[in-house]
Amino acid sequence: MAKKKSNQIKWDYASAPESTGHIQLKDRYDLFIGGKWVKPSSGKYFDSINPANKKVIAKVAHANGSDVDKAVKAARKAYDEIWSRISPAERAKYIYRIARLMQERARELAVIESLDAGKVIRESRDVDVPLACNHFFYYAGWADKLEYAFPNRRVEPLGVAGQIIPWNFPLLMAAWKIAPALAAGNTIVLKPAETTSLTALKLAEIIKDSGLPDGVVNIVTGFGDTGAEIVNHKDINKIAFTGSTAVGKIIQKATAGTGKKLTLELGGKSANIIMDDAPLDQAVEGIINGIFFNQGHVCCAGSRLFVQENVADIVIEKLKHRMKSLIIGDPLDKNTDIGAINSKEQLDTINKYIKIGLKEGAEMYQTPCDLPKGGYYCAPTLFTGMSQSSVIVQEEIFGPVLTIQTFRTVDEVIQKANNTPYGLAAGVWTDKGSRIFNLTTKLKAGVIWANTYNKFDPTSPFGGYKESGYGREGGLHGLEAYVKLK
Amino acid sequence: MDRLKVLKTYKIYIGGKFPRTESGRYYTPTSGKGEALGNICLSSRKDVRNAVVAARKALGDWSERAAFNRSQILYRIAEMLEGRKEQFTEELVFQGLNAKQAKNEVELSIDRLIYYAGWCDKYQQILGSVNPVASSHFNFSNSEPMGVVGIITEGGTSLLSLVSLIAPVIAGGNTCVVLASEEKPLCAVTFAEVLHSSDVPGGVVNILTGQRNELIKPLAEHMDVNAIANDTRDKEVTLMLEESSVGNLKRIRSYDLNWEKYESQHLHLISDFQEVKTTWHPIENIGGASSTY
Repeated sequence: MAKKKSNQIKWDYASAPESTGHIQLKDRYDLFIGGKWVKPSSGKYFDSINPANKKVIAKVAHANGSDVDKAVKAARKAYDEIWSRISPAERAKYIYRIARLMQERARELAVIESLDAGKVIRESRDVDVPLACNHFFYYAGWADKLEYAFPNRRVEPLGVAGQIIPWNFPLLMAAWKIAPALAAGNTIVLKPAETTSLTALKLAEIIKDSGLPDGVVNIVTGFGDTGAEIVNHKDINKIAFTGSTAVGKIIQKATAGTGKKLTLELGGKSANIIMDDAPLDQAVEGIINGIFFNQGHVCCAGSRLFVQENVADIVIEKLKHRMKSLIIGDPLDKNTDIGAINSKEQLDTINKYIKIGLKEGAEMYQTPCDLPKGGYYCAPTLFTGMSQSSVIVQEEIFGPVLTIQTFRTVDEVIQKANNTPYGLAAGVWTDKGSRIFNLTTKLKAGVIWANTYNKFDPTSPFGGYKESGYGREGGLHGLEAYVKLK
Repeated sequence: MDRLKVLKTYKIYIGGKFPRTESGRYYTPTSGKGEALGNICLSSRKDVRNAVVAARKALGDWSERAAFNRSQILYRIAEMLEGRKEQFTEELVFQGLNAKQAKNEVELSIDRLIYYAGWCDKYQQILGSVNPVASSHFNFSNSEPMGVVGIITEGGTSLLSLVSLIAPVIAGGNTCVVLASEEKPLCAVTFAEVLHSSDVPGGVVNILTGQRNELIKPLAEHMDVNAIANDTRDKEVTLMLEESSVGNLKRIRSYDLNWEKYESQHLHLISDFQEVKTTWHPIENIGGASSTY
């Protein structure tokens, strides 16, 4: 008899990279101030790096205090002379134009987002960019309807808004900040995160193309020092920040007593709760999406999994099985499920937490796979056997790392889920509608997904309880952050 | 030698198609100066019935679309109208306006579409509510479109009144059968062409031309029409509409608004064609009592 051959089929996908041929990027980007591209007064530029291969994509200007001052002055001038005077209906039409121009250039924006942030093209193409466009489209319509949103109040804009956004959803966060601020009649100085400035700068080009009056939106790039200049600037009326809870606290302290209106969208350690009557296969997809979406760089990631004890073994087994089929690789490949970690700094943070978890005695499972070489990558990771007080259960990791705990009763899981300083989001999986509402009533979190996870929509408010920040973005409630009510 | 102009045939709009009236009849309205505006279809009762069938058929798809999608489509209508501004201005001038009035009417119509495009995914947030019932139930009320709406436009403005009623009705997920202005029907037919090229599914808006007195009764008595927007400002017509619509308890909404005013665009024009649906859902009440976080 012939030698027994392995009849295992190989299911590897052929590579299917998205083309980068159609994108237009400059080698170097200046600051977008008063409708013009302005060189940074320090003359300094920093590199924006593709985290999947560590190559420099473009150089980006580093704004200092005098640049920020210039941007605030441009915003103030635009506010006083134009934006606060034009009719709300005309304001709406400008914002609609931005939405339309973004839709027209959606593919280009998606590719640049994937290059610059390491995020998979499937997500930037199908989630980030369409949501960003839709956000502008949605808020455009509010511009001339503000009196309906706040009945019996006189609605006025605040003035100049300073906005500081993170690197996990660069364009989408810019949209979340800019669209409602413009609709309410404010002018803007926005700073993208230092590792992901490019789509915000592309958005500046679109804004210029839209004919929006000069100075209504100004985009200054840089690091934390640039952000601090915005936070501390005396002629800014409003600070909107999305980022870590630690920085959020610094900002609240810095703005205390200044009369600046403040909204904070900060960290989270959201519970994803699987009851024993849940449709388990569907729940497993939800767990995967909850923690591995965008490499786990999601403030509302379902990073603490709670599984009812009697189904824990089967759920964990199904979860490990499903993790094996996740494709980790080139973010630009259309088949890739998990892309690159955003930066070396973030990869170091995640690895630090993985070490802590092991040191604390938790049991780790990682997908058996070869990580791509040459970039910042982290294998999807599970931890079991921690206690409620473990560091990896309490602190936000912001990476593809899931902790799994079990529970017996509804009461127990409510206690455990709420035992955190955070309160951004939660997930509940059960076949029973009345149980969903019991849990959504008792969980202390700003967004609760039932039998789904990580769903976003321009009409739906997003934001946290407790140390996950305050204020809401999206929906009717998102307008409140940018208006003065009299 | 001057080039000979090609004249346009004005037809009606039913189910996304441009048929002539099944009756084969026509009428010839004239401009203020006495010039013939064209041979316009004199639609029949049968055309009304065909239009209602088309509107009902389109309702499921249109009302179940994402509100955001309806918003994009209304915006698209405005884009198309902006691109055909001159044609409408020309028709309005032909029907008797001066150039300035005509331009103003077209621009107001475009902006009105933008206004209601914005409402498509927002009115639910203003009109809906979560109701704090005393029992352990999650209880909420939301808006649903009434269904097929008959729209009877008035002669004062030709394009603006049409747009001012069609937009809130379809923004709210309804479909409609529109009776165009009898005296000034040109813009209504041309507007149908705009709708036809704006991603509006066939049947969502159906537009008939003809004599109001002939068509209004079959529309009011039709058992598959849920509501009527009445812009006739005519007491007798209103009385007749209210009386002859009792068969299926049609909701009759009569307006006397100056469409040129900004205040004449309003959320209530959407809510006038919405039903309120309330849902009760039980809430289990276990655990968490000692949760103090």
